[in-house]
Amino acid sequence: MTLMPNDTRRGFLALIGAGLAVAARPAWALDTGEARSLIEQSLAEVYAVINSGQPAPQMYRAFEAIFARYADVEIIARSALGPAARQAGAAEFAAYRQAFQGYIGRKYGKRFREFIGSKIEVTGAKPVKSFFAVTSVAYLKGRSPMEVEWHVSDKSGESRYFNIIIEGVNMLASERAEIGAMLARRKGDLAALTADLQQAG
Amino acid sequence: MLAACSADRGDDGINDPYEPMNRKVHAFNRGLDARVVKPLGSGMSGGNGVGSHAVGAVGNFGSNLAQPGKVVNHLLQGKPGPAARSTLRFLVNTTLGLAGFLDPAGSDFALPEEDTDFGQTLATWGVGEGPYLELPLIGPSTQRDAVGRVVDLVIDPMRGWLNRDQYLIGMGARVASKAGERGRFGDSVDSILHESADSYAQTRLIWLQHRRHELGEEGEHIDPYAE
Repeated sequence: MTLMPNDTRRGFLALIGAGLAVAARPAWALDTGEARSLIEQSLAEVYAVINSGQPAPQMYRAFEAIFARYADVEIIARSALGPAARQAGAAEFAAYRQAFQGYIGRKYGKRFREFIGSKIEVTGAKPVKSFFAVTSVAYLKGRSPMEVEWHVSDKSGESRYFNIIIEGVNMLASERAEIGAMLARRKGDLAALTADLQQAG
Repeated sequence: MLAACSADRGDDGINDPYEPMNRKVHAFNRGLDARVVKPLGSGMSGGNGVGSHAVGAVGNFGSNLAQPGKVVNHLLQGKPGPAARSTLRFLVNTTLGLAGFLDPAGSDFALPEEDTDFGQTLATWGVGEGPYLELPLIGPSTQRDAVGRVVDLVIDPMRGWLNRDQYLIGMGARVASKAGERGRFGDSVDSILHESADSYAQTRLIWLQHRRHELGEEGEHIDPYAE
């Protein structure tokens, strides 16, 4: 038989098609492969910190740095603040954003013990609306496997994740409620909220 | 009915007309957690391996007794597959698993727990979620799930098979295993219940999101770039 088997031919054509698609796209545009590797890289860095055994406060700073590198902190902080973000001055917002980033590093970093001896496997990536959803499964000791979904976008000009959804519970919605409650407690005073955030988490 | 129910949800996807009452119940539950459940839970699961094995065994025993009720619900939802597997799971764990204290069905027969309840059955039948409720001792719920809990007690086949004392022991085991879970997931519960700025709002949000995910009733994804 000199003919190629059907699926090899189809595979070959698909490959050419994929090549054309890559060539036709701006260099920074995100695809499922890139979204997936972004999450894999950030997870590898997080696990390196967890397994490093360094003192907790140092770990929190390392988590914060990883968060700043792989997440779109600007949009997460803005979205968490809600309508108040539009009224804030640039310097005031920048201070809040910085405090928010440290708060996230500590709040989620504090949970690192639950992840000792665990693994998170990235299982797939697919386009959703104008962004990508990377799916993964977390295997934590003594718990049933959990679905963890990451939303990745390149709208900021760089590929970054902006939301994490664990078994349906999403970080952006949760932080909106939390930051909203903290701001209400300070009667809408953003500078006071920023000061609180520097201590919180 | 579904349309009516989602129309009642606010922009944040929450329908909570009983908020003032719910908040009072939440304050009670939170106090109870701090004073009773948390110390009990950490006592049960903390320390050496023997304690956590005992908690695991009690949890297995309790959840095994809940299997027949789950079989009924799987059937009511028109899902014969999960119903058959849950029946097998119950038979294997009741016999080989020594009355359910061990879980050979899950570890050796690839028959993991397939959780369900009458709240899910109602959802499958198209009944809307209804307002959010926080119930004393039990915690977050919705009108639909609260009705589901009552119906689950009524339709539980175990009530016919066990005498009253045996049934109460079974219920006790289920409550004890909940306290054991509180110990195991302590950090998560602490962070929501005792460390957030508005623990009522956080609990409500997280519980509703998780429950909707279980039932396949999640809302739209958030796109912060489009706001």
